[in-house]
Amino acid sequence: MGWEKIGSVILLAGMLIFIFPRMRQAIKHSPKGSFQDWKGFLIPLVAVILFIMLLISMVQ
Amino acid sequence: MYQNERVISHSAESVLATNKVLRNTYALLSMTLVFSAVAAFIGVAMNLSYGMALVADIVAIVILWFVLPRTANSAAGIPVVFAFTGLLGLGLGPVLNYYLAVNPAIVMTALGGTGVIFLGLSAYALTTRKDFSFMAAFLMVGMFVVLGAALLNIFLGMPALFLALNAAVVMIMSGFILYQTSAIIHGGETNYIMATASLFLSILNLFQALLHLLGAFGNND
Repeated sequence: MGWEKIGSVILLAGMLIFIFPRMRQAIKHSPKGSFQDWKGFLIPLVAVILFIMLLISMVQ
Repeated sequence: MYQNERVISHSAESVLATNKVLRNTYALLSMTLVFSAVAAFIGVAMNLSYGMALVADIVAIVILWFVLPRTANSAAGIPVVFAFTGLLGLGLGPVLNYYLAVNPAIVMTALGGTGVIFLGLSAYALTTRKDFSFMAAFLMVGMFVVLGAALLNIFLGMPALFLALNAAVVMIMSGFILYQTSAIIHGGETNYIMATASLFLSILNLFQALLHLLGAFGNND
């Protein structure tokens, strides 16, 4: 394993360690979304997916 | 009567404060994006190695975690955020060099695509004024899973997993843009320097993921 790979492993492992307590805190304290809330997120997400499919067809 | 006037006055102050954070965030974000683009151009021109790019990324992450939170409430936060975004821009050098050699159209399409997605999602969050604070746990868990899978893929080296991770990153970063913009609108984020760093990171990750997706699907070799 080259030192670049070791560096990437250290960086990603560090990020995981850093994010873990924040993730636990977010799970415990963030408000729960209703069906309407999730719909409000899914609509732009579908638009993003369709847009990326358009971009992929453009570069092919 | 006096009570009502106080409520209205407090509400107006709150709206003004929110608009100020939003305006400052977008002003600083546009400046850091230009600065980062210049740094990325230098990285490309210098033909920066992957090792040096990794060092730049590690230093940028250290700044984000340990220096920026300590300086974000003072004027010192501004040069720090420029250092952070500049280093991340510089770190893009080798990836950009690779895709520019393969197909320069991919880089321009990814750049334009990122801009359209960011502006579209920001406009959606700003016009609907929806509160996306419920997404915090979903986004953090998603990010944790993606980072864990990316770590695993360093050893596995599976191209299909790499692509799936990039597709997941696009979705998670789209969610982060909505979440962060909504946090600014609803007063959850009152520090424009932290808001800028967070939005910048989402845009950068979105751009890189889009670059990899377009590179994989758009390369007919």
